[in-house]
Amino acid sequence: MSAAAPAAAAQAAIAAPDAARDFRIAFAIMTALLIAAPFVVYPVFLMQALCFALFACAFNLLIGYVGLLSFGHAMFMGFAGYIAAHLAKVGSIDFTLPLIGVGPHWRFGPLPPLVAIAAGVVCSALLGLLVGALAIRRQGIYFAMITLALAQMVYFFCLQAPFTHGEDGIQSVPRGKLLGIDLSVDLSMYFFVLAIFLTGFLLIYRIIHSPFGEVLKAIRENEARAVSLGYSVDRYKLAAFVLSAALSGLAGATKSLAMQNASLTDVHWSMSGEVVLMTLIGGLGTIFGPVVGAFVIIAMLQYLSPFGQWVTIMQGVIFVVCVLAFRRGVIGELAAVWRKSL
Amino acid sequence: MFGIPTQALFSQLLLGLINGSFYAMLSLGLAVIFGMLNIVNFAHGALYMMGAFVAWFLLNWFGVNYWGALVLAPLVVGALGVVIERTMLQRLAGLDHLYGLLLTFGLALIIQGGFQNVYGSSGQPYAIPPQLTGGQNLGFMFLPNYRAWVVVFSLTVCLATWFAIEKTSLGAKLRAATENPTLVRAFGINVPLMITLTYGFGVALAGLAGVLSAPINQVRPLMGADLIIVVFSVVVIGGMGSIMVSIVTGFALGICEGLTKVFYPEASNIVIFVIMAVVLLIKPAGLFGRAA
Repeated sequence: MSAAAPAAAAQAAIAAPDAARDFRIAFAIMTALLIAAPFVVYPVFLMQALCFALFACAFNLLIGYVGLLSFGHAMFMGFAGYIAAHLAKVGSIDFTLPLIGVGPHWRFGPLPPLVAIAAGVVCSALLGLLVGALAIRRQGIYFAMITLALAQMVYFFCLQAPFTHGEDGIQSVPRGKLLGIDLSVDLSMYFFVLAIFLTGFLLIYRIIHSPFGEVLKAIRENEARAVSLGYSVDRYKLAAFVLSAALSGLAGATKSLAMQNASLTDVHWSMSGEVVLMTLIGGLGTIFGPVVGAFVIIAMLQYLSPFGQWVTIMQGVIFVVCVLAFRRGVIGELAAVWRKSL
Repeated sequence: MFGIPTQALFSQLLLGLINGSFYAMLSLGLAVIFGMLNIVNFAHGALYMMGAFVAWFLLNWFGVNYWGALVLAPLVVGALGVVIERTMLQRLAGLDHLYGLLLTFGLALIIQGGFQNVYGSSGQPYAIPPQLTGGQNLGFMFLPNYRAWVVVFSLTVCLATWFAIEKTSLGAKLRAATENPTLVRAFGINVPLMITLTYGFGVALAGLAGVLSAPINQVRPLMGADLIIVVFSVVVIGGMGSIMVSIVTGFALGICEGLTKVFYPEASNIVIFVIMAVVLLIKPAGLFGRAA
């Protein structure tokens, strides 16, 4: 995909010599707000928004910094969510093959939250490796179509696999305990989710500003040039894809514990569309944009839910308006006004 | 054969052929649009659904029968396409591909959400026109007249499109404008108008497919949403390079899907995605695509 996508971020980066200081200030403000927030706003809503924020940041790592539009990211979030929910609630692994009816089968009982989340992350990373290896074989617009089609395949798998319980999903997933703290209390769970979000967020910041991240940005700006400089572009793309998938999985696994359910909604293509929307409205290729976008969209879904399908229409309108008139997104516009890199 | 009754085999094959004709018409439209506008039209599924709904409105509100709808519904959808192109898509010229995809995805959400608001998720029945009810007993299977009509008619439309683009002078200008719009404009040909009409024509094909499918799969607001994803993988398998490839892969994949329904029904809704994955593994540029 060519360079035009996140040009705003590139401009902003040039305009900000002391970007690291700006980041530290913005990060401190965000953290302070998030620590204070649960005493004002309903913590369950905040947990959901934080999980989506991490999901959108992970998605943005691909589109904003490598220029790859994945239109099937819901598969990583949703699949990891199912794995974590299943392990935290039932705790069994079953590889019985559908046609033959035999295969290894272990049952070990519910796992603690961190282990369940870690397993979700590993599974989504493996899925990311598989999907990424296929999808990076084609460029540009085909990449988006391939990820969308493979995500639909994962959706049908989740619809039919026995452990996901089809249309019902996995309900009343226990949150368990962490270091003796009972996570079933919303406020304790909130700080657990916040810790995971901040870890993921800082990791993404670190990746973007590492030498590895610089190569990713080079691929985004001019893939042919990166190849001619001797970088094996496919490997970098695949690595970025797997990282993004794993972090999306982290968001999904955490979400299924925080919301105590895993359902088909999270693997559906409309969810893949929503994460694109969050990132677009916040600002492609900005660090804080996806977080803002996720809060905006989740709040919109929350408060407009009584209006039924009007929400879908609203989302469509936001897409159209963003693409036609607001391509830099909220944070991208702010960054341009303040001449800062956000 | 393999313990499968021939009756079931052939009726699934026919069903596959029917789905294949929708895949062919939709991927054909996508290919034509992509060639001229460099946009992957995500709204294609929604406009297919709209074609079916326009036919339904025509019948229930205005008393226009199936044959009238077959002409009018594609015109209505095409006209909407012209408006979309003139007011929105035109502004995206020169931007990255992804913005076209995102914009048309937004349009799909608006159209689908609008119809869902009024009609929910349930289907509206649309009767088979009286001239095409009943069927023929071929001995080895029962062939419903309407289904035979859909296959023959859509094949004719596809081949006519191929002929118009590959063999007429208008088609030659179109292909030239796809290769080098600036040069073609220098010859005094109105390329922007051509682009607008191409988009209108492409989505009119989707609308036409919608009318054809209305008597078979009821008229539902989400009928195009899942279909478009399958059509995307058809496009990935064949590549968007040529008209004939879109037609052939569309029909062939429909038949593959029909056969899977006979032999391993659980996999029938993912078989096209599996084929896509296999094609990507062995021929990354697509079955008929040239290496980029």
